[in-house]
Amino acid sequence: MNIHVIAKALQRSALLVGLAAAMAAPPLAGAAGKAGPGDFGPPRGAPIRAVLTSPPHVPPPVARNYPAKVIVELEVVEKEMQISEGVNYTFWTFGGTVPGSFIRVRQGDTVEFHLKNHPGSKMPHNIDLHGVTGPGGGAASSFTAPGHESQFTFKALNEGIYVYHCATAPVGMHVANGMYGLILVEPPNGLPKVDHEYYVMQGDFYTTGKYREKGNQPFDMEKAIDERPTYVLFNGAEGALTGDKALKAKVNETVRLFIGNGGPNLVSSFHVIGAIFDEVRFEGGTNVQTNVQTTLIPAGGAAIAKFRTRVPGSYVMVDHSIFRAFNKGALAIMKVDGNEDKAIYSGKELDAVYLGDRAGPNLNAVTKATASSASGTLSLQDQIHAGEALFAGTCSVCHQANGAGLPGVFPPLAKSDYLNADPKRAMDVVLRGLTGKLKVNGADYDSVMPPMNQLNDDEVANILTYVLNSWGNVGGQISTEDVKKHRATAAPVAAAAH
Amino acid sequence: MPARNAPMTWPRRALGVAALLACGLAAAGPGADYVALPGGRFESVLPQGNVPSATVPVDIAPFALRKTPVTAGEFLAFVQANPQWQRERVPAVFADKRYLIDWRSGTQLADPGASSRPVTNVSWFAAKAYCDSEGARLPTWLEWEYAAAADEARRDARADPQWRRRILSWYERPNAALLPDVGGAPNAYGVRDLHGTVWEWVDDFNALFIAGDSRTQGDPDTLKFCGAGAINIVDRDSYAVLMRIALLSSLGAADTTSNLGFRCARPLEGTPP
Repeated sequence: MNIHVIAKALQRSALLVGLAAAMAAPPLAGAAGKAGPGDFGPPRGAPIRAVLTSPPHVPPPVARNYPAKVIVELEVVEKEMQISEGVNYTFWTFGGTVPGSFIRVRQGDTVEFHLKNHPGSKMPHNIDLHGVTGPGGGAASSFTAPGHESQFTFKALNEGIYVYHCATAPVGMHVANGMYGLILVEPPNGLPKVDHEYYVMQGDFYTTGKYREKGNQPFDMEKAIDERPTYVLFNGAEGALTGDKALKAKVNETVRLFIGNGGPNLVSSFHVIGAIFDEVRFEGGTNVQTNVQTTLIPAGGAAIAKFRTRVPGSYVMVDHSIFRAFNKGALAIMKVDGNEDKAIYSGKELDAVYLGDRAGPNLNAVTKATASSASGTLSLQDQIHAGEALFAGTCSVCHQANGAGLPGVFPPLAKSDYLNADPKRAMDVVLRGLTGKLKVNGADYDSVMPPMNQLNDDEVANILTYVLNSWGNVGGQISTEDVKKHRATAAPVAAAAH
Repeated sequence: MPARNAPMTWPRRALGVAALLACGLAAAGPGADYVALPGGRFESVLPQGNVPSATVPVDIAPFALRKTPVTAGEFLAFVQANPQWQRERVPAVFADKRYLIDWRSGTQLADPGASSRPVTNVSWFAAKAYCDSEGARLPTWLEWEYAAAADEARRDARADPQWRRRILSWYERPNAALLPDVGGAPNAYGVRDLHGTVWEWVDDFNALFIAGDSRTQGDPDTLKFCGAGAINIVDRDSYAVLMRIALLSSLGAADTTSNLGFRCARPLEGTPP
């Protein structure tokens, strides 16, 4: 009996020693008391029960100016949850969610930690908090069999945002099943006030089935060892932060994100598409980086990012190792509501055909015609040259570069009796389109030409002038003024009338 | 044919011993069905030599193992015959507050259907006392691991990734509301339910030193103590075994959990107990 007890004690202390040096943050320069940095003396006042929140919510600020004894009660629950639509996975959780409950204390607080392992659990679990100064970060002291509870106490000496995770063998598997979360140790005076605080944590998951393969998907040990995740997710499930569950803010508000990365394997290149972080406490440390596009979050690390919303819309958060976002699920959305600010972002101002290389060499002619038109010196030749370039881009796909069209499909413009009978009517065809039965040069056509609304008056005038003066047509000139007039008055051309 | 479950390749001497043993066991009472396992060289996932990162094969002496875990029905008969092990009477040092917590009373199972399910929520002390009452003991970790290395056809199936995956898939599922009855498919030795039903106590659970993630590998504090050679698991892909060791190493001898049962072992005649 005695030998057993001694052996057990040795074993427990031996279990998870030695990591603190590597994982717990080194002491930073903080408010220094007699007892050392971050130690503001023994706890004062009545013990306080910590408010824990499920992601993406963050407990309210501590708002306290003295060190207290804070009691944290965290329950480990093994449960099946949806990892993607129609795909179930057995998660091991701190508090029933992935990531686990968010814990918030003040620097100098004495934290009495209770870890409870649900009686229905199959596994023993423990907790290693990176905010703990001491061997194993609490792991050895919190090793808990199913249906049992452990207690240990630590003083939160260093302020910052810290990851916690399970450290029971096999550690990788416990972490891969979702056993991680964040603990915030506020500086003595708290963090500056913001409008919103959110909790987002990335993790990689390994299932035997492929991405989005339906049904119950077990953990795949080989994929995990090979570091080939099936899913890379924010907050433990595809869709955890999209649609109705998107994070919300209004324009001109400040948003603080506590972003963690549980791993177990991948490092995150965290980025919000369309936003720039005004401030990032990278690696969760005290230094602040400003104007950051993408911040690196190591596995087992965290950061605090702050930005101001300026323009309404949906802001997509991704791991910018971008295949993870679009093929493994690493997507979240922040929906920002409010009034547009066109001075900062206009929205789409132009939606036009881009001619690319096809018309490139001749676009000089278009530029010259535009300039000449503006200065009142536009000649017939200017118009024809510009029209040729524009025709090549817009019209030649159907009517062909030589104006011959395609027999039975696209009517010819070359020596076209329909065109030459009424050159002015061509403006209506271009502006309004032409649909239905049509006879051109003795052949029947029955197809659809859409309205060419994207062409401006100059362009229509130049194209038609080019067409009229090419391929044996009647000649003549169409002016910008003509087109403008027709655009204002013309009705759709009725094909049946001819 | 008393040794009907014994593989045909047994050494002649072991067969004889098994036959003798089986005759002797016939009187041990209902359910106490043991099968003799031949001894053999065995590589544990826990290092057995002086080098923490390498294993040395050890000799497992022949022993007999219960074919199935002890059932709730069998344990009920035990507490009726030994009232000091009923939950109202058991001293707190021998069993925690969850001891037999799922039973309706000290002498009534959760429901009539429970009698052929494995008994769980039993402490190491209670399991040991039960085995004593059967003229047996708890198996050692090495004995348990040796028996559990077999699948239906092979005595050592541990290198087969598919077999590993099958075992692992049970370990990672949450507890079922009801445990299945004992009597799953027999493995190559004729032992049933070693995987996929419950965790099982072993006699020397307290001597399992484990740091499966190598977080404490080479820690000088640990290396000072006896058993320091055993701080590591050699085969790091054996997650299933690793999880079992982790579970056992999280326990004290009075602890109970809803998925932890036991079976008993016996020395064969002519071998040291």
